Amino acid sequence: MENSYLDMELLRFTTAGSVDDGKSTLIGRLLFDSKSIFEDQLDQVESSSKKRGLQHTDLALLTDGLKDEREQGITIDVAYRYFATPKRKFIIADTPGHIQYTRNMVTGASTANLALILIDARKGLVEQTYRHSFIASLLQIPHIIVCVNKMDLVDYSEDAFEKIKSEYEDFAAKLDVKDIRFIPISALNGDNVVNRSDKMSWFGGSTLLYTLETIHIGSDYNHIDCRFPVQTVIRPKSDKFHDYRGYAGRIAGGVFKKGDEVAILPSGFTSKIKSIDTMDGPIDEAYTPMSVSITLDDDIDISRGDMIVRKNNQPNVSQDIEVMLCWFNKNGPQIRSKYTLMHASNEVKAMVKHIQYKLNINTLHRDESFDAIGMNDIVKLNLRTTKPLLQDSYRKNRSTGSLILIDETTHETVAAGMII
Amino acid sequence: MSRYNLTHLRELESEAIYIIREVYAQFEKPGILFSGGKDSIVVTHLARKAFYPANIPFPLVHIDTGHNFPETIAFRNNLADKIGAELITPLVQDSIDKGRVREESGKDASRNWLQITTLLDAIEEHQFDALMGGARRDEEKARAKERFFSHRDDFGQWDPKNQRPELWNIFNGKKNYGEHFRVFPISNWTEMDVWQYILIENIEIPSLYIAHDRDVIWRNNSWLPVSEHISLREGEEVVNKQVRFRTLGDITITGGIESEADTLEKIVGEVAAARQTERGNRADDKRSETAMEDRKKEGYF
Repeated sequence: MENSYLDMELLRFTTAGSVDDGKSTLIGRLLFDSKSIFEDQLDQVESSSKKRGLQHTDLALLTDGLKDEREQGITIDVAYRYFATPKRKFIIADTPGHIQYTRNMVTGASTANLALILIDARKGLVEQTYRHSFIASLLQIPHIIVCVNKMDLVDYSEDAFEKIKSEYEDFAAKLDVKDIRFIPISALNGDNVVNRSDKMSWFGGSTLLYTLETIHIGSDYNHIDCRFPVQTVIRPKSDKFHDYRGYAGRIAGGVFKKGDEVAILPSGFTSKIKSIDTMDGPIDEAYTPMSVSITLDDDIDISRGDMIVRKNNQPNVSQDIEVMLCWFNKNGPQIRSKYTLMHASNEVKAMVKHIQYKLNINTLHRDESFDAIGMNDIVKLNLRTTKPLLQDSYRKNRSTGSLILIDETTHETVAAGMII
Repeated sequence: MSRYNLTHLRELESEAIYIIREVYAQFEKPGILFSGGKDSIVVTHLARKAFYPANIPFPLVHIDTGHNFPETIAFRNNLADKIGAELITPLVQDSIDKGRVREESGKDASRNWLQITTLLDAIEEHQFDALMGGARRDEEKARAKERFFSHRDDFGQWDPKNQRPELWNIFNGKKNYGEHFRVFPISNWTEMDVWQYILIENIEIPSLYIAHDRDVIWRNNSWLPVSEHISLREGEEVVNKQVRFRTLGDITITGGIESEADTLEKIVGEVAAARQTERGNRADDKRSETAMEDRKKEGYF
């Protein structure tokens, strides 16, 4: 056991796909080749596959664990799978391609560093390719890997690969993604998945696993704009820590240092950071996404929902929000509809002021004359809140630029929003 | 790795602390479901970190089946005492005595299902609105679909097909009166992460996890510890083996593995080389293909 295993990086990626594009095979291969599938799991999946009369071992049965999923052979919900190599630990948010696709893809994408998009080399770009890519762009996933799969069925042809690649690049010009890579693979035979393929010597790039292990994710978090939403206040009231007031939270942007001059929003009071505390002792600096508690030089009334920021770099403080929403509920929003809005550690009431347009997720066409908004729709609209929100644009900060809307009677989460 | 990058363990730690603090901020009467197993020990450790230098602001709740390893109970009492946490221990035996549940009979009888009633009764009695547990998504296929904040209806039941989507780090803990949440701060951890974390944090764990000599019998493909709660079947014989346990449940259903791993480093090495899942030795998961989902829907941990 080498100690290097103790300090790996964490990469979260999302996949989406339909039953026959080889997604399960690809994930199965990554898990299998990284020894993340155990013998008893494999035995169980093999016997379940046989019981269903399948010819092959259906690796989807590994995580399609719910009774209904197993009976109907479908994936209902986002499934999380885990594997690790000596370099990185990976969390896969595996989202179903059909049912509730927007809701599940958006959920999986919201925490991902990377999106894995599979294209069948024989079929080229299909509706789902556009949809998934658009969601990756909308949710600002920093990296996209396009795997052109089933290369074995097109004789490992470079032309076939290049044609799909250039078609995708044309489409991606309309998207907001900085890093897109293309890899020709055969998940079934393992070409370019873990090992380089000797059948595609024309391909100069890296294998999928090598790319996943080495892609630079250190800059994915915002380390510039300091944002510390206060979750709760720690007051031990013990003899030893009688006057201790620690502001507990997780850093949502930037780097905070002991001695920094800070402003507290929304009050606008200023102070200096006295200490940054953890149970392992005080630290000199803290950065995204660390959970710490901060004490200040001055006694200021601070509570959950407030935000500690740098004096000269503050979020926009406003009751008016322009937002792109993914709608998750049968009952769509109307003008004057009211919701509970959660943003950072804040909770306010919000009202719909104006609905600008509904976006066609396949054509990216803006529809301003729509009838109604329903499940899985993407809409741009304006909200007004009862209290000012401490907002950044989602492009600038995925944490302080995101929000959810909650139905006031059913308490369901009805929408996910990205601040423009 | 650059200066402003967390390692995977520190990132998982930070995520879990964030979730534990959300629970404290969003709920009125939270608690930690403490089984005495490594996962709930890690959750308890993370809760200490979340509120330091204050004490953990909620109780440890241990549903006591009466079929415990004696080591687990000693460890539990000692830990609660050390960290100054309140300990609540609803007894399955009480539920049996009150006629709320009936003890299973037959050769594979266990108190595993019975705990559900005791747990749900305790939730009502103490008015818990959020209980944190150490369940992980990599443990079992039904748990792979579990949310961090998992909503339970008035009957304590889980509706896996109608879960709230969880986006970014925003957790919706809204509920109606009588409903509650189960919260799983280490959802994203694997067995390996847990062991590595125990190693780097030097967290105290029950001696059962570390290889030791014990009287055991061979049953259901694992070494079952000899105790007052099990009786020998035909053909079974008591042998003394060096074993350790990868998970801890009731003494009646938790099998051990033969092992020489008597230090944390060796355990991490053994976990890395393991070809069987840790729950492979748990009889409670083997009752049917969807044993875990069935129990979870009813209100299990």
